[in-house]
Amino acid sequence: MLTVGLFIPCYIEQLYPEVGLATVRVLERHGVRVEYPEDQTCCGQPMSNTGCTEEARPLAEKFLRLFRGYEHVVAPSGSCVSMVRNHYDGFLAGQPGFDHLKRSTWELCEFLVDVLKLPRLEGAFPHKVGLHQSCHGLRELRLGSGSERRVAPFNKVQLLLSELRGLQLVELARQDECCGFGGTFAVQEEAVSCMMGRDRLADHERAGAEIVTGVDMSCLMHLDGLIRRERRPLQVLHVAQLLDRAEAAA
Amino acid sequence: MSAPPSATGELERTVDHAAAAARFVADDAKAHWHDQALWWVRKKRDAASAAVPDWEALRDAAAGLKAHTLSRLGDYLDEFARNAEARGAHVHFARDAAEHNAIVHGILQERGITRLVKSKSMLTEECHLNPYLEARGVTVTDTDLGERIVQLRHEPPSHIVLPAIHLKKEEIGELFHRELGTAEGASDPKVLTEAARQHLRQRFLEAEAGLTGVNFAIAETGGVVVCTNEGNADMGSTLPRVHIACMGVEKLVPRREDLAVFLRLLARSATGQPVTTYTTHFHGPRPDGELHIVVVDNGRSRQLADPVFRRSLSCIRCGACMNTCPVFRRSGGYSYGYIVPGPIGSILGPARDPAGHRTLPFASSLCGSCSDVCPVRIDLHHELWAWRKELVKRGLLPWRKRAAMKLAGAVLRFAWLYRLAGWVARRLVPALPRRLAYGRWNAWGRQRELPPMPRQTFRQLYRSHRDRS
Ligand code: SF4
Repeated sequence: MLTVGLFIPCYIEQLYPEVGLATVRVLERHGVRVEYPEDQTCCGQPMSNTGCTEEARPLAEKFLRLFRGYEHVVAPSGSCVSMVRNHYDGFLAGQPGFDHLKRSTWELCEFLVDVLKLPRLEGAFPHKVGLHQSCHGLRELRLGSGSERRVAPFNKVQLLLSELRGLQLVELARQDECCGFGGTFAVQEEAVSCMMGRDRLADHERAGAEIVTGVDMSCLMHLDGLIRRERRPLQVLHVAQLLDRAEAAA
Repeated sequence: MSAPPSATGELERTVDHAAAAARFVADDAKAHWHDQALWWVRKKRDAASAAVPDWEALRDAAAGLKAHTLSRLGDYLDEFARNAEARGAHVHFARDAAEHNAIVHGILQERGITRLVKSKSMLTEECHLNPYLEARGVTVTDTDLGERIVQLRHEPPSHIVLPAIHLKKEEIGELFHRELGTAEGASDPKVLTEAARQHLRQRFLEAEAGLTGVNFAIAETGGVVVCTNEGNADMGSTLPRVHIACMGVEKLVPRREDLAVFLRLLARSATGQPVTTYTTHFHGPRPDGELHIVVVDNGRSRQLADPVFRRSLSCIRCGACMNTCPVFRRSGGYSYGYIVPGPIGSILGPARDPAGHRTLPFASSLCGSCSDVCPVRIDLHHELWAWRKELVKRGLLPWRKRAAMKLAGAVLRFAWLYRLAGWVARRLVPALPRRLAYGRWNAWGRQRELPPMPRQTFRQLYRSHRDRS
């Protein structure tokens, strides 16, 4: 049986535990054994993105220590996986096990599509869904082709969603515009950040979405904060939760 | 920064992008209009690039050509200067903005020239040439329509390709009524453009010298290439006898055929046009005239020596990264307080003045759209990220942020401390009266609700899940 190390980003551990649990259930349903190293905290992205490299370094080292023994590491977060894959070199290049770790740390959907070679999902989710392509998932992990590039179109998350019975993916005017979260950007540039978020939501609303889903709970946390403040008729749901519910309903 | 940088070229010392952006966003209708206008250009760019087979390969070719040229810039500069002089042009080298301005002024002064027409050149903006010349009795007229508009308003351009994109046609109508005597309330673009045309025609006829920027300089032939949509560079360089072309050292391409790559990318990326309306090659002066080429370094060789930021020197100033940037579209060019705004400006600005422009690398959600849109494949969002690191290294991160990150780093190192901090936060926040939880300190909560504070963490849920199964 395939065993994976489960990497749960700090804010999911603390604020959105259900997203983590949904990840576990989806993986187990597809025959994967999940191990959760309890000493993990955070990938170091907030510090690293602020330029505070030295504060991020011990976290990268800890990550390597905890996860280097696994064949695969899976996380329900595009941006944290991007941190490992694209930004850990500066801390860990040349250290034993790092090359393997970097190549085998996956975002959940990516893991389902590229490693488990799904989709053959059995599930139903009879709702109108808007897919928020988080920027790091899209442009750092290349989960999809992105509207800027002229390459053959593909989209790993959409591929999974399209397997679910009854799910209707709405068409957005700006397919993959940033939601404005951006880590500390959300507070540092609060005005622009919120305008971006509202514009993103308006696009989903115009397209008729009931639910906004995505691979990054951080983006969804920001959007949800706006939704609840403004009592907008939308709901956010992490893609792990969506898949979990759909499969449970099948 | 409280106002746009003034036309005298003096930027305010420390740019506070977030504050300036907040003021821009406060006018919701205008900010949305600005966003839509630029998004429309981005969509045109998408369509134009989709019509080119192998767009991505073209970007690769451009990036490769630039990297190659920059790796032997000295040689190509020599070759260019030799060939340009052989064709009868005068080539001047300037180390910095001051030298550049002095050279241009020297050329004009020697010939007793007091009326200059200029076509768009970001380099002369960078060098603050206009105020320099005006202070010395030269009448300078920018002849690109957008440039002329901002010149009449005593403002710098707010965008490198669309200098007046921050203005609505009604605002331009008012300006023209005041400055050019158009009818009050006239805001029909056709009428306004015609008025500008008549006004500029007069300036062209009176001018004794024309100054242009340079889009590409060809080492192999010693020629310079200028791209405009209005033909104003051609008017300005053919009517007067003296033509001065100003370029940064990075404008070089090795061979004439390399232009094929860049010209295909430039117009499409900039405005979504298949090709710029006027692309003019200047190889030497016209029969009875003079051609002066001023080649400027102004910090570029320093940038070239830096392995992290070197790639940003490949920029062909198409403006695509601005049009795609969700932050630029919503904060306007002036919020950056630098001649070149947007993602690329946020890399170039701090290179000029790290302390004054230290907020710019943070004026980005690092969404990466700029890197994917850039025709020469500059890794813009990674360079922005690298700048943040650089600012911390130089001690230029505000102490509050620095302290917050130090604290977070310390807490996150120890799983028990992290759990304890999380426990406290998840219990404390819901217990606070709303007024406290959403007090002034909470920038998140001004327009957004805080995330839910669940009773249990994932670790706890996971344990019971594991025990059950
Ligand atoms: S950085 Fe790239 S996209 Fe931006 S202006 Fe320069 S060439 Fe164009």
